[in-house]
Amino acid sequence: MTRANWIRIERRPTLSPWVVLGVSVAAIAAALIAAGIFFKAYGVSPWRAYHLIITGALGSKVGIAETARRTIPLLLIGVGLTVAFRALFWNIGAEGQLLVGAIAATGVALFVPMPEFLRLPVMFVAGFVGGAMWGLVPAVLKVKFGINDVISTLMLNYVAGFIVQWLILGPWKGPTARGFAYTDKFPASAMIPRIPGTTVHWPTLILGVLAAVIAYVWVARTRQGFEIRVVGENPHAAQYAGISQTKVVLAVMLVSGGLAGLAGVGEVAGVQRMLLDPAKLSLGYGYTAIIVAWLARRNPLAVIVTSALFGVIMAGGDVIKVSLGLPFQLVNVFNGLILFFLIGSEMFMRYRVSFAWRKR
Amino acid sequence: MRGIVKRFPGVIANDEVDLVVRQGEIHCLLGENGAGKTTLMRILYGLYQPDEGEILLNGEAIRVASPKAALAHRIGMVHQHFHLVPTLSVEENVVLGLSEGTGPFLRLRRTREKLNRLAGEYGLQVDSQAKIWQLSVGQQQRVEILKALYREADILIMDEPTSVLTPQEVDALFGTLRTLVDDGLTIVFITHKLNEVMEVSDRVTVLRKGKVVATVETATSSKAELARLMVGREVVFRIEKATAERGEKILEVKDLHANNDRGLPALRGVTFDLYEGEILGVAGVSGNGQHELSEVLTGLRKATRGTAYLETNDLAKCSAREIADFGVAHVPTERIRAGTVPNMTIRENLILKSYRARPFCRWVFLDQNAATENACHAMREYEISAPHDGTAAKNLSGGNIQRLVLARELSGSPRFIVAAHPTYGLDVGATEQVRQVLLDQRAQGAGVLVISEDLDEILQLSDRILVLFGGEVMGIMQTAEAELEEIGLMMAGSHRREVAV
Amino acid sequence: MEWQTWLVSTVSFMLVHGTPLLLATLGEIYAERSGVLNLGIEGMMIMGAYAGFVTAYLTRSPWIGLGVAAAVGCGFSLIHAFASITLRANQVVSGLALTLLGLGLSGVLGRPWGGMPLPNSMPKIMVPVLADIPILGPMLFDGHTLVEYIAILLVPLMWFILFRTKIGISIRSVGEDPATADSLGVNVKRVRYLCVAVGGILAGIAGGYLAVSYRPAWTEGMTGGMGWIVIALTIFAFWNPVIGLAGAYLFAALYHLSFRLQPWVSPELLQALPYVFAIVVLVFVSRGSLQRRMGAPAALTIPYTRGED
Repeated sequence: MTRANWIRIERRPTLSPWVVLGVSVAAIAAALIAAGIFFKAYGVSPWRAYHLIITGALGSKVGIAETARRTIPLLLIGVGLTVAFRALFWNIGAEGQLLVGAIAATGVALFVPMPEFLRLPVMFVAGFVGGAMWGLVPAVLKVKFGINDVISTLMLNYVAGFIVQWLILGPWKGPTARGFAYTDKFPASAMIPRIPGTTVHWPTLILGVLAAVIAYVWVARTRQGFEIRVVGENPHAAQYAGISQTKVVLAVMLVSGGLAGLAGVGEVAGVQRMLLDPAKLSLGYGYTAIIVAWLARRNPLAVIVTSALFGVIMAGGDVIKVSLGLPFQLVNVFNGLILFFLIGSEMFMRYRVSFAWRKR
Repeated sequence: MRGIVKRFPGVIANDEVDLVVRQGEIHCLLGENGAGKTTLMRILYGLYQPDEGEILLNGEAIRVASPKAALAHRIGMVHQHFHLVPTLSVEENVVLGLSEGTGPFLRLRRTREKLNRLAGEYGLQVDSQAKIWQLSVGQQQRVEILKALYREADILIMDEPTSVLTPQEVDALFGTLRTLVDDGLTIVFITHKLNEVMEVSDRVTVLRKGKVVATVETATSSKAELARLMVGREVVFRIEKATAERGEKILEVKDLHANNDRGLPALRGVTFDLYEGEILGVAGVSGNGQHELSEVLTGLRKATRGTAYLETNDLAKCSAREIADFGVAHVPTERIRAGTVPNMTIRENLILKSYRARPFCRWVFLDQNAATENACHAMREYEISAPHDGTAAKNLSGGNIQRLVLARELSGSPRFIVAAHPTYGLDVGATEQVRQVLLDQRAQGAGVLVISEDLDEILQLSDRILVLFGGEVMGIMQTAEAELEEIGLMMAGSHRREVAV
Repeated sequence: MEWQTWLVSTVSFMLVHGTPLLLATLGEIYAERSGVLNLGIEGMMIMGAYAGFVTAYLTRSPWIGLGVAAAVGCGFSLIHAFASITLRANQVVSGLALTLLGLGLSGVLGRPWGGMPLPNSMPKIMVPVLADIPILGPMLFDGHTLVEYIAILLVPLMWFILFRTKIGISIRSVGEDPATADSLGVNVKRVRYLCVAVGGILAGIAGGYLAVSYRPAWTEGMTGGMGWIVIALTIFAFWNPVIGLAGAYLFAALYHLSFRLQPWVSPELLQALPYVFAIVVLVFVSRGSLQRRMGAPAALTIPYTRGED
C-alpha cells in the first residue's frame, strides 16, 4: 500500500464484474470525449458527429447491413483471440491467418474440381484448416524454441500478405482492371449467400455466433477449457497439476487461427467474391479484433457485443467520411484512444484509489 | 548492531539482536533457517530497514538506507544468489552501478588493471573479459567478492557462500578469506555448517528463532556445544499420537541423484524407505536438497540417477500427471505460487488434479454440480472458511489456502503423501490443524514424507527422522531415540550415522 | 558499363532507402536492449513524417522539420513509456494502440496537406573531391543528403555507447536482469524511459526524413509498413547497431532488387524475405548458449516491479 500525502492506493482484493464493466465503460467514455475534441477541432460538433454515427450505422437498413458486414469478421476473429489470450498466447497474427484462410478458400473456389454443392462447405473447411496451420507455426515455434509469440505472429502477417500479393499478380492472376489486381470472380457455387441488397453474408454470421457460444462453453465448461484457464492463470500450477502446456498452446492456436481463417473465407467468398489486394480484403480486422477481444475481457460471449460495437464504429466512420467530409482515419484514432484508455484503466481495476479525507 | 528488531507480517525475524563484530576478525552467524541471520545482514547492507535498534560503525551510529549507502560505508555483501548479469563480462559487472568521476566513459583498462591487482593480491584470479555465463559458480563468486573489494569494502558480509561450491572451491575460498583478513578486512559469514564455523571463524554468534542465543570464541567452543546452542530447546509439547502401526513398505528410494536449477548436483545418492502408517520427517536446513527431493518424488523434476519405487512404479521416471494418478499427494512448498490458481474459485482449485475423471468430468464436460458438492463437503470437513465455494483462492488467508490444498490432495485417500513445509507461514490454529490432519492420514495407513525446516514440527510429527545435508542422507533414526545434539550435528554436516531402519 | 550503372544505382538506393530503416532500428535496438518492446514505431514514424513535413513546409527549413519530427516521435514514445513502465500495462497492446493512434492522427491531420510537394526539401550534396572517384564517387558521394551520412556516423557512436560506456552497461543490465541492476543502484525506470525516448526520437527522425527528403510530399500512410520491418530488423541485427547497419542496407537492397529481378523472381516473395529472416534468426538464437551470446534481452516485455507491490 502506498500512501502519498492525500491519496491512497491499495490493491483491490476482489474484482466484481460491476467494477470491470464500470471501468470499461469509463474508458470508452473517455475515448469518446477525447475524440470529441478532434471533432471540435474540425469545426464539427461532437454531438452531431456521434449522432450521425449512431443513426448512420444503426438507423437505416443500409447502415445496419454495413455494420453487420464488419461485425462478422470481428466476431469470428475476436472469439479466437479471446481463447488464445486466455492461454496467454498473444496472437497478433490474426490478420495473416485471415489471409491464409482466404487463400485456401480461393484455391478451392477456383481451382479444385468437385461437385458444386460441396464447394462452399469445403471452402469453409479449407479456410479453417489454412488459418489453423498458419496459427500453428508460431505456436510450434514458441513451444519448441521458446520464440516470442508476439513477434512470430506479427512477422507471419506480412509473409501472408506478400503471398497473397504474389498470387494475385502471378499464378492466380485474373483480369486486371484499372491497375488493381485480383483473381477471377468466384463461381456462383463458391459465393456465400447474402441478405439480398446487402453485402451481409449471413451464414458466416451464424457461424460466428455459434463459435462464440461454443468457445464459451469450451473454455468455461470442459476439461480442456479448464486446462487452458489454468495455464493462462498460473503456469506453475499447471505444471504441478500435470497439465501439458504444449498441448494447450497448440490446441488454442489451432482454434484461434482456424476462426480467423473462417473470417477470411467470409471476406473472400461473401463480401468480395474474389481474392484481391490484402489491404482491401481485410480492413485491419486482425488488429481491430485485438481491441474487440481485450474489451470483452477474454469472454467469448462478450465478443458478440464488443464486435458489434466496433462494427458500428467502423461503419460509422464511413458515414461521417461521406457526410461530414472527415477522413476515415479518425476511426483509427478512436480505436487507438479506446485501447489506450482501456490499458490505462486497468490500473484502476488492479488498484483502488481513495482520498484521505474520506473517513472509513 | 544493537537491539535490532525487525518484524514481518506474522513473525519477528530479529528480536532484540545485539551483534558485536571486531575489526579484522571472521565472525560467523550460525543458525537454522528462519533464525534471522540473513535478515540481520540485509539490514546491515541496507536492503531492509530495522524497526528498532541501531547500527554503530566504529562507535558512530549510522543509517544504512540502501545498498549504495552501505557501500559508501564500505560494507559489501556477497549474496547467496549472485547479483550478476549473465550476458555482461566480469569487468562490466564490477563497474555496474558505479558512478566514478570519470564521466560516462568506461576506463576499462584502468578497471582491468585494478581488478587484476586485487585478484592477484587475494588469489581471486578470473578472466576479466569473460562473460558471466561462461564462468563456473566458484568463479562467479570470486567476481562477487571482487565487486565488493573494488568498491573498497572494509566489511564483507557473505551469505551462505559455500552452498554452491565444490570442496576444492571451498578451500580456495577460505584461503582467500584468511588473506583478506590478514589485510585488515572484517568478514561476517552466515552459515549453518559447523565445520566451516570451526575451520574459519574467530568468533561465532548463534541465532535461534530471531534471538541471539550466545556469542562465543570459536577456539574455546566445540561442535557439540554449537550444535546444542543452535538447535537446543526445552522439551517440547508433543502431540499425543498413537504408537506407530507400521505396515508394508510402500516407497523404496535407492541412490537417487538429481540436479538443481543451476545444474549442480542437489541429491547425491539418497536412499531410504517409507512404510504405510508412518511419518518420515526430513530435517535439514533449506537448500540441502529437500526441494529437489520433493520435486523428484512428485514428477516435477527428473532424476539423473537412481530409482524411487512406489510399489511397482518408478516415480523417478514418471510424469507429474502419472504420479498424481497413482494416488500420490503433494502439498507443495509454494502453496500460492504452485499449489493453487489464485484467480480461480475454491471449487475449481479443489479439482485441479482430479478434473480429468469421474465424477467431475463426464465425457468432455466438467460436472459443475459434482464440483460444487465436493467443494461444500471439503469446506466443511477441512474447515475452510470462506463466503462460498465460488470465492477466488487469492482471497483466502494462508491457513485457508493450505486447508484447500490439503482438502484437494488428501481427498482420494492417498497412499503416499509428500508434504513440503506444510505449516510454513501459518498461524497457530492452522498449524495445529494441519499437523493433526497429517497424523490422521498416518492413522489411516498412508505413508507421509514431511519436509520441514522447523525441527519442532519434525520431532512432533515424525516416527522416524531423516537428516539431509548437501544432498546426502546423514542419518535416519527413530524419533524416540533421537538426540537433539546429534540431529543438530547432522544438519550441520558434521556427523553421519549408520542408517537405522 | 551496364553492370556499373546497375551497381551504382543499387547502392545509391540502398543508402537512401536504408537510412530511415537504419535510424528507426537504432532507436528500437536501444529500447529493446533496455527491455521494452516498442510496437508503436510505425505510429511514431508516421507522426514524425507528418510533423516533419508540415514544419518544413511552414518554416521552409527541412532541418527544423526534422527537429520537430524528432520531438513528436519522442513525445509519442513517452506515452508508450508511461503506459508500459509506470503503469506496467501490456507492452504489446500499448505499442499497437500507439500505432493505431499515430496512423489515425496523421491521416486525419494530414488531410489538407496531401499531395502538396515540399518546396524546400533536404538538399542533396556533392562531396567535392570524393565525388570524382570512379564508381564509388557517384555511388556514395553524389546526390545524397547529409542525413544519410549522419545516420552512418550514428552507428559507431551508438555501438560505442552501448558497449563501451557506463550507461551502456546500465542499459544492457536493465534489459537482462533488472533485479540485479536495481540492487546495484541503477534506476531501472529512468533507464527504460530514456531508451524508449531515444527510440522515439530516432523513429521520428526516420519518418521525418521520409517526408522531407526521400519523397518530399505528404501522403497518407507513407511509411508503408516500414515500422514493422524495423521490428524484424532489430531481431535480424541481433540487437547490435553494427549488424543493424548491414541489415538495414541489406533489406533496402532487397527491396530495390525485388523489382529489378522481376523477370526471374516474384518481387513479393523477395519482399517477404526480411520477415522470414527475422524468424530464422530467432530460431537460430534459441539454442542455449547462443541465446546467451546473441539473443534477445532476457527481460524484454517484462515490466519490472521491485519485490511485491
